[in-house]
Amino acid sequence: MAAIPRTLGAIVTAPLTWIARAIDPPLRWWQRLTGLNGMAAVFLLPNLAIFGVFVLFPLVLNVVYSMTAGTNILLGDRSFVGLDQYQRLLTCEDYTQAITCREDMFWTAAGNTFFFVVLQVSMMILVSTITALILNRNIRGRGFFRAVFFFPVLLSPVVVGLIWRWILQRQGLLNLIMVNLGMEPEVWLNDRAYAFTATIGVSVWAHMGFYTLILLAGLQAIPKDLYEAAEMDGTPPARVFWRITLPLLGPNLAVVLVLALIRGVQIFDEVYVLTGGGPGTSTLYLTQYIYEVGFASILRNPGLAAAASILMGLVLVVLTLVQLGLSRRNEQRGSRQ
Amino acid sequence: MSAASRFVFRRRGHGNRWHWTDVVTWIWLIGGTVLMFGPALWLVASSFKGPAQLAEFPPTLLPYTQITAQVEGYDDPLPLFTVTQEDGSTTILAEIRRIGTSAQMVDPDTPSERIDVDIENRAPLREVGLATENYVEPLVTNDFLRFLWNSVFVTVMATLITLLTNSMAAFALSKYRFAGRDAVMLLIVATLMVPLSVILVPLYSVVNATGLLNSLWGVILPTVATPTGVFLLRQYMLTIPDELLEAARMDNASEWQIYWRIVLPLAAPALAVLAIFSVVWRWNDFLWPLIVLSRRETYTLQVGLNTYAGELNVQWHYILAMTVVTMIPVVLVFVFLQRFITTGIAGAGIK
Amino acid sequence: MKLATSLAALAVAGLGTAALAQDDPVELRMMWYSDGIEGEVMQDLLDRFEEQNPDIDVVLDNVAYQVIQEQLPIQLASGQGPDIARVTNLKEQAQHWLDLREHVEDPAYWDENFGNRFDWMREDGSDAIPGFLTQLTMVGGFANRTLFEQAGVEIPGDDATWDEWVEASDQVAQDQGLVAAFAVDRSGHRISGPNVSYGGDYIGEDGMPAEIDDGTMEYVTKLVNWTKEGKQLPEIWVSAAGTTYRSGADDFINAQIPFLYSGSWQVANLSTKIGDAFDWVAIGSPCGDVGCSGLAGGAALVGIKYTDHPEEVARVMDYLASEEVVREFSERTLFLPAHQGVVEAGGLDFQSEDPNVPPALERFVQASNETLPAADALPAWKWANAYYGALVTRISQAMAGEITLEEARELMNRDIADVVQNASQ
Repeated sequence: MAAIPRTLGAIVTAPLTWIARAIDPPLRWWQRLTGLNGMAAVFLLPNLAIFGVFVLFPLVLNVVYSMTAGTNILLGDRSFVGLDQYQRLLTCEDYTQAITCREDMFWTAAGNTFFFVVLQVSMMILVSTITALILNRNIRGRGFFRAVFFFPVLLSPVVVGLIWRWILQRQGLLNLIMVNLGMEPEVWLNDRAYAFTATIGVSVWAHMGFYTLILLAGLQAIPKDLYEAAEMDGTPPARVFWRITLPLLGPNLAVVLVLALIRGVQIFDEVYVLTGGGPGTSTLYLTQYIYEVGFASILRNPGLAAAASILMGLVLVVLTLVQLGLSRRNEQRGSRQ
Repeated sequence: MSAASRFVFRRRGHGNRWHWTDVVTWIWLIGGTVLMFGPALWLVASSFKGPAQLAEFPPTLLPYTQITAQVEGYDDPLPLFTVTQEDGSTTILAEIRRIGTSAQMVDPDTPSERIDVDIENRAPLREVGLATENYVEPLVTNDFLRFLWNSVFVTVMATLITLLTNSMAAFALSKYRFAGRDAVMLLIVATLMVPLSVILVPLYSVVNATGLLNSLWGVILPTVATPTGVFLLRQYMLTIPDELLEAARMDNASEWQIYWRIVLPLAAPALAVLAIFSVVWRWNDFLWPLIVLSRRETYTLQVGLNTYAGELNVQWHYILAMTVVTMIPVVLVFVFLQRFITTGIAGAGIK
Repeated sequence: MKLATSLAALAVAGLGTAALAQDDPVELRMMWYSDGIEGEVMQDLLDRFEEQNPDIDVVLDNVAYQVIQEQLPIQLASGQGPDIARVTNLKEQAQHWLDLREHVEDPAYWDENFGNRFDWMREDGSDAIPGFLTQLTMVGGFANRTLFEQAGVEIPGDDATWDEWVEASDQVAQDQGLVAAFAVDRSGHRISGPNVSYGGDYIGEDGMPAEIDDGTMEYVTKLVNWTKEGKQLPEIWVSAAGTTYRSGADDFINAQIPFLYSGSWQVANLSTKIGDAFDWVAIGSPCGDVGCSGLAGGAALVGIKYTDHPEEVARVMDYLASEEVVREFSERTLFLPAHQGVVEAGGLDFQSEDPNVPPALERFVQASNETLPAADALPAWKWANAYYGALVTRISQAMAGEITLEEARELMNRDIADVVQNASQ
């Protein structure tokens, strides 16, 4: 089994090795000229160049877009309006009632996204923690089951949405089961609560395998002697879990929390295919709102979409800072150990 | 297996008696297996259904086709139906034609005699059968081999470039101290969270301006500078001891050689994980290729299958079949590399 | 790519064999989307064209409709795009279409046969020949005759109102235990004919969007109530947000609803998927207080202004717009032709063995004479899509119980005003 990747690897690396050897002399010369800092620049350059052109620059352009209005797509044809778009997005008569807002859809989407993220992330952490704990047990076929839960991570979001739509729609698998069990079929995606639950369930289904593996890695890194000591003291298992397992799993849980949060806020493709934001607007999330306003809908308004995306980006940056703070704390803790 | 977990979830019932946690474990595992694979299998089963059967309600688990029979005196095979007689008994009849609510039917054994049947009293006789034309039609009429090649090209090139540029950047960010390092790192991590759909319009302008529209490179380049990759590799490279690098420098190795000969091989597990993710991501990419590629010779598989989504009608039977086709490589990756993937991610220690 | 081509050109010129270069056919790109088999038919027609015209090579790029809607506008805005495209947003993008008047062989032929619809796809006041409609679509209904017969309910006549139609369909649904009585496609375009039938008019005196009037609200209110009562299949309108298009065709095909309000483009789809399962008829549009209007529409093939080969584009267009080619295209795709000569000559030999098809298509042709002036004005009206979008978005919310009809009316007015205001900036 392992032979296949190894041979493949050899075939791929042979020409690469040759190239690597060929560029060594010029780089050596450069190193002599500029020292280590110069080399750091060399190593960073390719990535940063691509990153700058295709990620950073569009981001900056987006800020410019958010201060323009009109239906034209080329920046040069658009008129500058300052912060009007932001003002339009943020104006509400009553901030608890989305419908009273100037852009009611934006607030509806923001509210939906908030509830979605809170519930989805908690479900995600709960389900992947339980799965990780179970996979950490001494069971037969552990490798197999570990892979089973990882399988959906490999599917594209569009396929995930398609699969579940084919299960939950009127002619879907779930109704087939219901009918066979003698129950009334239901149009699942037509009910606000079911549809909302479905978007949470499906995104947990699709991504939990990834988080489970992160948590499993954490579980396996917990020193065994801690448990042995607890066993000798006769500590009850529940107490062991709360006092040893959970605290030591903390750093991994933090990573899972932040990654899941970020991905939760970004949720789009699978929900777009699954519910299209319905019923009504009950599963309309922010990214879909932005996509439709700026790109898809006939009522296109790229400036408004850009402004909305920047507001969303600000929230995400706060989450990032939280992540950085957490991982820095972990690094310090790691060095203390 | 570690003593730790044996302790946390040891079987409290001694010997062969099952503790409740054992029951929960196996329910969870078996239920999970059904839940994880079942939906994909349902998609595969559906992809073999004809267009009419896809719209059927209530649905059937397996794809069926109508059974037909050659009846004397008729050129084309006639569809067979189970007909309920007035006395409650059933017979199998072939239908000649249907007029309004009644069907003209004939017993295949006595072809001369015509029987009128109310259509509510007949049910089609069907057998499990595959609508393979869902697969054959698009594969033959469309240039799917070309699409496949484009997909492979995009996936391989993007993965190679991702590995190279990301590992170089990660090396610099983990092993050198220079002014602005933290700023670069912060920038990279901050962009972790920009979903593509949010910067579509400006990114399109950039790709357009660089002349990469309708070119596979227009699909590849914007994806290769993944912040995730840099982040993952950097975290792993931080665990490589600096002493190794110092020793190599003593031996007069150049920085490039240190990167190529020492750091890269040591970072292999993390590189493998990134490679697998990159392959899966690029293979599954949908929205971005759809926007960049509008010429047939540049289509990737995901774009090609979407040409069956029209303005007013979506040809689901083709879309489902082609979705299954695009899933095959992913499943192969899964089957052959699953051990590699799962241990790799755990081992690469996203800590 | 460009570099390689110019290098090749240099090499050829250098060798003094410039004649060779001229033999290279001109490559034209045609961007095309398909709802059914029309892509295959078009490929056939183009193959034949290329045989007769070896100096032109037309590459048919089949794309998803999403590409036409989302990507093509950006290409056009930056002065790029294919040479020819099949599009549906005809009016809004009119400034990008190539005026074929100077390039086609016989402009009089074009004016005569396609002239009455040029205003759908050119800027107000222009006399350009921008292209032609590959198909004329007519909004209208379908009824499942077999279900009506089984339930013993008479199919309502040509002058039956919407209320009568929904009432009759509801009886059928109850009798046969169906999930709902009817479905209207989720689209602002689809409900605009009925709105007009109830006295609605979208266009203000100055040509700008008028506020939503009482006529429009009358039908909208009916539709919302029917949905809340479960007479209209709820998932079509309720189960999506924004302007997403959804059709009730699948439920009609599956005999779950006896009455579908969609349009002529469904004929081929219904025929292939229903087969012999039941008899269906096209019924035109049910009536409102002032008429029984549907709404015309269509997809058009247009030349793009930014092409390098306008002459060759015109030759392709001349061929595709010729009477016999239009005739063959319509016969094979079961689309209504938009060619005056073909329509007047009649006698199209639609290639279908399904006995339900010819009367259905005839009924749609008849329905196209029953439209009201307020509906006829919409395809050539710049703000029609703004109106449609607002209608779909807000009506769905009202059906889902998120907002009241009064709120919906206010929000629709605001949405439309926003579009107008944003477009003027």
